[in-house]
Amino acid sequence: MIDYTIVDLSRLQFAATAMYHFLFVPLTLGLSFLMAIMESVYVMTGREIWRRMTLFWGTCFGINFAMGVATGVVMEFQFGTNWSYYSHYVGDVFGAPLAIEGLMAFFLEATFIGLFFFGWDRLSKIAHLAVTWLVAIGANFSALWILIANGWMQNPVGSTFNPETMRMEVVDFMAVLFNPVAQAKFVHTVSAGYVTGAMFMMSVSAYYMLRGRHLDIAKRSMAVAASFGLASALSVVVLGDESGYVTTEHQKMKLAAMEAMWHTEPAPAPFTVFAIPNAQTRENEYQIQIPYALGLIATRSLTQEVPGILPLVDHAKTRIRNGIAAYAALQAVRANPKDDAARTTFDANWHDLGYSLLLKRYRDDVTKATDAEIEKAAFDTVPNVPVLFWSFRVMVGIGFYLIAFFALFFWLSARHKLGDGRALLWIALFSLPLPWIAIELGWLVAEYGRQPWVIEGVLPTFFAASGLTLVDLAISLSTFLVIYTVLAIIEVILMVRVIRKGPADRSVLEDTPGGSYSPVGVPANANR
Amino acid sequence: MIDLIPLSYETLRLLWWLLLGVLLIGFALTDGFDLGIGALLPFVAKTDAERRILINVVGPVWEGNQVWLIVGGGAIFAAWPPLYAVSFSGFYLAMLLILVALILRPVAFKFRGKIENQKWRDLWDWALFIGGTVPALISGVAVGNVLLGIPFGLDDTLRPRYEGHFFGLLTPFALLCGLVSLSMIVAHGAAVIGLRTEGPTAERARTYGRVAALVAAVLFALGGLWVVFGIGYVVTSVQDPLGPSNPLRKTVEIVTGAWVKGYAARPWTMIAPALGLAGCLLAWLGMTVRGWKTALLGTSMAIFGIISTAGLSLFPFLLPSSLQPNASLTVWDASSSHLTLWTMLLVTCIFLPIILLYTAWVYRVMRGTVTATTIGRNPNAY
Repeated sequence: MIDYTIVDLSRLQFAATAMYHFLFVPLTLGLSFLMAIMESVYVMTGREIWRRMTLFWGTCFGINFAMGVATGVVMEFQFGTNWSYYSHYVGDVFGAPLAIEGLMAFFLEATFIGLFFFGWDRLSKIAHLAVTWLVAIGANFSALWILIANGWMQNPVGSTFNPETMRMEVVDFMAVLFNPVAQAKFVHTVSAGYVTGAMFMMSVSAYYMLRGRHLDIAKRSMAVAASFGLASALSVVVLGDESGYVTTEHQKMKLAAMEAMWHTEPAPAPFTVFAIPNAQTRENEYQIQIPYALGLIATRSLTQEVPGILPLVDHAKTRIRNGIAAYAALQAVRANPKDDAARTTFDANWHDLGYSLLLKRYRDDVTKATDAEIEKAAFDTVPNVPVLFWSFRVMVGIGFYLIAFFALFFWLSARHKLGDGRALLWIALFSLPLPWIAIELGWLVAEYGRQPWVIEGVLPTFFAASGLTLVDLAISLSTFLVIYTVLAIIEVILMVRVIRKGPADRSVLEDTPGGSYSPVGVPANANR
Repeated sequence: MIDLIPLSYETLRLLWWLLLGVLLIGFALTDGFDLGIGALLPFVAKTDAERRILINVVGPVWEGNQVWLIVGGGAIFAAWPPLYAVSFSGFYLAMLLILVALILRPVAFKFRGKIENQKWRDLWDWALFIGGTVPALISGVAVGNVLLGIPFGLDDTLRPRYEGHFFGLLTPFALLCGLVSLSMIVAHGAAVIGLRTEGPTAERARTYGRVAALVAAVLFALGGLWVVFGIGYVVTSVQDPLGPSNPLRKTVEIVTGAWVKGYAARPWTMIAPALGLAGCLLAWLGMTVRGWKTALLGTSMAIFGIISTAGLSLFPFLLPSSLQPNASLTVWDASSSHLTLWTMLLVTCIFLPIILLYTAWVYRVMRGTVTATTIGRNPNAY
């Protein structure tokens, strides 16, 4: 019935296009605020250089933003194209935040981005500044609604299953809105975006300082980026969303997998710094631990236990058995809506209905599942431990490095010593990819760690895909692969060109005579 | 919770059917002229300077315009989940084509002007041309297929299955609808070019726009005639407008000429096709006398009328199924829950007016003729 090749290819396509889209979004989030800050300084001090900075970073922002828009449309459409049963099953809940994102946030951002670029000579200083802030606010609201939608996938609150329509339906929108997982994710994700914007600015500025070019703009940009980056890097780690992981069952499983913690440790649990997790033996072959650390980080208490993987698998078995009862009751209710006994059984067990669907991988009529099949399905709830363990550690490692990095430059900036040591500038230049690596790994931990669920505890991923053909997916995957690769190359070439050309040395808007257009307004530094 | 909602499930379903129309028309009115200008780009603008003029007409507003499509998609997802699930997966390769066009378009705007090289710019002009033509054509083809019925079915867990293939979409009637859509969009783009530019670009746009407006009128009328003698769908059981959203609880039959029966029952709805035709003719007249505002009013009326005609003809159907007619999606059995429709209505009532206000303000700020001089003045111009 379900073609697992199609499911896997659909997952691959979604993961690839999402991770690609997510290369551009964080930079948009970060740069938009940095530009708004710079333009605010311009409006408050009236010093022309701050406008030139806004213009220059705006050019980089524009190239990046176009890619974000282009790849974002794909994301919204893919739920319908590749995950049609998902769309039917949870559209009543999940569609709403997506639609609100468009109405409340993306419209704002996209409508004013045009004025940001085209409105300099048509708006007053204050009006243009307002436009820039609206772009930044729009971008951040966008992230909020997307993460409310994503938070619900991780922790599906405020909804119930309706046997008449065979889908999840909202009962409490406020619960969806104020989902603790969504709130934690929002702060963590936008902060990571700010760090990315700050790092981009640091690296490009460091490049100019190493070359001895545009020192006025580079130093100021670096000073702004260092302080903004330090605050954001602290926020990413301190308000990291690990606290969100204790709230629900599968989030606990994700946490246990990230920590490669097979058994429940006595509270407060130790934090494993290094280990070689073995998914076959379900043991770690070698490990170095810091006592108490994990318990403190994850539960914020000395007494609360962090459950391990194997006890959670045992618990999953119970939920699968309850789920089978719910599934049987659902069939009875659908055959005869007046069957009150079945309805009572269903209402008591519907929370575990999703667990019974895990058995669909092994047999269609899940009510006849054997103990061996239940055992297999229960172990399916364990995500890929080694991948999660290492992705999480590299991400956290980069997170701490970035705090140190921005703290150092913040300190240098406070002492007016930015640009003194060339070695430091080289470090700033080569740290450029780090936030992106951390962010992509963070995505992997959150979404790959959610497997086998697409909606935690409610809908298994394999059950949610569209019934497409291999030809469909071969065509779409190869199309995305070709277009995205070509666009990535062009994007990098253009970005490098714009950066090499550098900001205009004088205000182009006032000094360029009509007609002598140049993309970043460069003639002034052409002779360098 | 449901007891506190002041509007009935039936009213909310009707309102969301109207809002779906509003969003699609909003998309066609705003992003429509971007697409139309893209489709006209190689014909109306011959030199790089002329092309830059056309591109910069769209430049400040295309991002906002495109959001109408995003919000349209989001609203279908939120308010009509089965419609979103079935149509997006059923039209898989057609959707992919539209997506490719929508990927190429934004980057073409941004990337084109960044390198001064004719080959580079020609490449992106092609991207803009394809990015404009393909979505306009395919959207119409899709609507044509909806009118004919889509080969989809639903099993008893409401899992959709689809038994068509991409080339099956390209039937004569669907292609006719595609050409209606394309010519309507091209005429709309031409009207905006005429209004916002001067000299040779406006003159050439006038030539193409007049043809497009007439073609749209003729093909639209032809499509109407075709529908009179072609198949349509009728719900043959009683449908409870307050019932749960389960499309498998009714019976549907295929009946010749069914799509025009609604007009006999509700004669006032004839206003939609009349507006569509009158709009095309008004656009032609406006362009003929170089009254560009009249022309734009005409193309806008045409868009409003033609899209409304498609929606009204189908009512109460959203997506008829040719494979399993009883599984067709209708306004009464393919919506979100009562609570979701209500919540989304509140959100829309708050934000849609705000969106219209600031969009109007942005258009006001950016008003005026686009010329080589105005482009030269802005270092951010495309």
